[in-house]
Amino acid sequence: MGAQTLYDKLWQRHSVAQMPDGSTLLYIDRHLLHEVTSPQAFSNLRQAERQPWRLDTSLATPDHNVPTLARDLGMGGVADPIARRQIAALERNSADFGIPLFALDDARQGIVHIVGPEQGFTLPGVTLVCGDSHTATHGAFAALAHGIGSSEVEHVLATQTLRSRKLRNFRIQVSGRLAPGITAKDLALYIIGRIGASGGSGHALEFCGSAIEALSMEGRMTLCNMSIEAGARVGLVAYDETTERYVKDRPMAPTGEAWEQAVQLWRSTLHSDADASFDRSVELDAGDVQPQVTWGTSPDMVTAIDGQVPDDGQARDAIQRLDWQRARNYMALEPGQPLAGVPVDRVFIGSCTNAWIEDLRAAAAVVRGQRVHARVRQALVVPGSGLVRLQAEREGLDRIFKSAGFEWRAPGCSMCLGMNADRLNPGERCAATSNRNFEGRQGKGGRTHLMSPAMAAAAAVAGELIDFRSL
Amino acid sequence: MQPLIQHSGIIIPLNRANIDTDMLLPKQYLKSLDAHGFGAFLFDDERYLDPGEIDTPLASRRENPDFILNREPWRQGSVVLSQANFGCGSSREHAVWALRDFGVKVLIAPSFGDIFTNNCFNNGLLPLCLPQAEIDRLFALVEAEVGLQAHVDLTGKVLTVSGQNWHFELEEGRRQRLISGLDEIGETLQYVEQIKKYEACRQQQEPWIYRF
Repeated sequence: MGAQTLYDKLWQRHSVAQMPDGSTLLYIDRHLLHEVTSPQAFSNLRQAERQPWRLDTSLATPDHNVPTLARDLGMGGVADPIARRQIAALERNSADFGIPLFALDDARQGIVHIVGPEQGFTLPGVTLVCGDSHTATHGAFAALAHGIGSSEVEHVLATQTLRSRKLRNFRIQVSGRLAPGITAKDLALYIIGRIGASGGSGHALEFCGSAIEALSMEGRMTLCNMSIEAGARVGLVAYDETTERYVKDRPMAPTGEAWEQAVQLWRSTLHSDADASFDRSVELDAGDVQPQVTWGTSPDMVTAIDGQVPDDGQARDAIQRLDWQRARNYMALEPGQPLAGVPVDRVFIGSCTNAWIEDLRAAAAVVRGQRVHARVRQALVVPGSGLVRLQAEREGLDRIFKSAGFEWRAPGCSMCLGMNADRLNPGERCAATSNRNFEGRQGKGGRTHLMSPAMAAAAAVAGELIDFRSL
Repeated sequence: MQPLIQHSGIIIPLNRANIDTDMLLPKQYLKSLDAHGFGAFLFDDERYLDPGEIDTPLASRRENPDFILNREPWRQGSVVLSQANFGCGSSREHAVWALRDFGVKVLIAPSFGDIFTNNCFNNGLLPLCLPQAEIDRLFALVEAEVGLQAHVDLTGKVLTVSGQNWHFELEEGRRQRLISGLDEIGETLQYVEQIKKYEACRQQQEPWIYRF
């Protein structure tokens, strides 16, 4: 076997059989389940009288539609009867089939992509899937992780495998260092702006280079999380000491002799070989990355905070020109308009992209001693999990946010997709740390600007988009 | 899943890139426990003038008369023609269920979201990729004739519009599955022995993968 990329190695390691239809039967080590994309899979299992292949590889928690208020009331705090029915279905399905569940009243409940890593459920070198496109998050652990549809959720439950087709390899090398205060989120948006919202289609992205090596695990997860916003189902970062330190002593991580054995394997295999060849490569300099803000309705409609909304002359073709016109119209922005100074109605700090403890610390550092601007109707902080929330409270971050006028909420996906009560009203503009600025994503007619936690915190204080360094 | 061998239908032109699955089916409909009944909510934000929830009576909702899916003959359409990166974003298979329930069988675009592509094949829909120049030609034909039909034949992998033919690429295994409409899980379960053998080997080499 010649030189291999990290993706090639993970693929080979998990290949069970070649299927007659040209696909490869890929073994799945870890499966995260939530209330929204699993009920149909469980119904079909019941109908076909099938049992899950095994139980110790799955973990379920409700996150997408859960309310972020009145959590102390448990299910009683879920005002929406349709959401309650869906959460109850997850509880019932988990109980019936014997799948471990972190229920609504469990301190470990949270967004699946925060809970998995936090618990050590996500391990280096595994294959991990979930009925959610942001599953690429777990690629930060040198794990082959991607989102799947509900039919595939059912397939994994029934067979512990997926019919997969091999992706091509795409290396994104980021040399240099990010400037102080510039985060993985800025880097992710910058990369998407460079390669486009479909630039990674059909590829597994591997992020490497000195700027990636210097990122914390949380930062790497933020970066891998947004691979799908560049069209790539899979994002990867090689295993190193940062990975090892993060995983060690997590509740579900191996211990003792198993840990030693695991670490030996991980250290020796979970990286691309030096002479591995990639189908595509891009080289970027971290020093070029400024705080990023999206202006449009696709994550690649992005610029630095000192930039402007583009005009038609900058479009590469007629289709892009039409898309930009539609986006500017939806966002109520003018060609050439500077992003800095655009007033915001709401601020959302949360989501599987940016609801880690380090994100909350970065936002709190900006907010400390300040007040949410009178123009801002609502500023929400939604920690990624119950454990992140507790940690933040131990550090006093909740008091910093609350005394500034932020609302301190319970964990869930919340206003990233607005399946619960946390939504934008038509025409409202939001500074958000989430991952998608699609039309209607945060609520019908809502306008989303994506940015880092420090930038969103600064927008809350200034009442408008602003470079947090100038606050 | 319904087999798809040949299909003729009216082309619905949606001339923009990056049509995401949030647009195809907004979040409020993801609260359903079922895999059917989403057709009326396809493109909900654009299709109706007022916001809807999953339990809003359809009769009470006001259609947006300007939106293509509310206009004849496209209301009867079953072949979507669009631009690059169709179906990007969220993995929600509900978006494909909405297309299927509306009556869509074939989607034609320069590229599709990766997860969306799998979801299409798992529900008997064909995401058909053609180069940008061919997509541009198709849009020109569709703009010139209201209610233009497309004919798709999976036996010969040919798309026919206005008497012109386009041959398209389609992996043989996927073509067979669309034609047969067969359940993938049943087929995979014929490999039980291989999966068990693989698993036993992993259990020995990486016991920490298995927790109990």
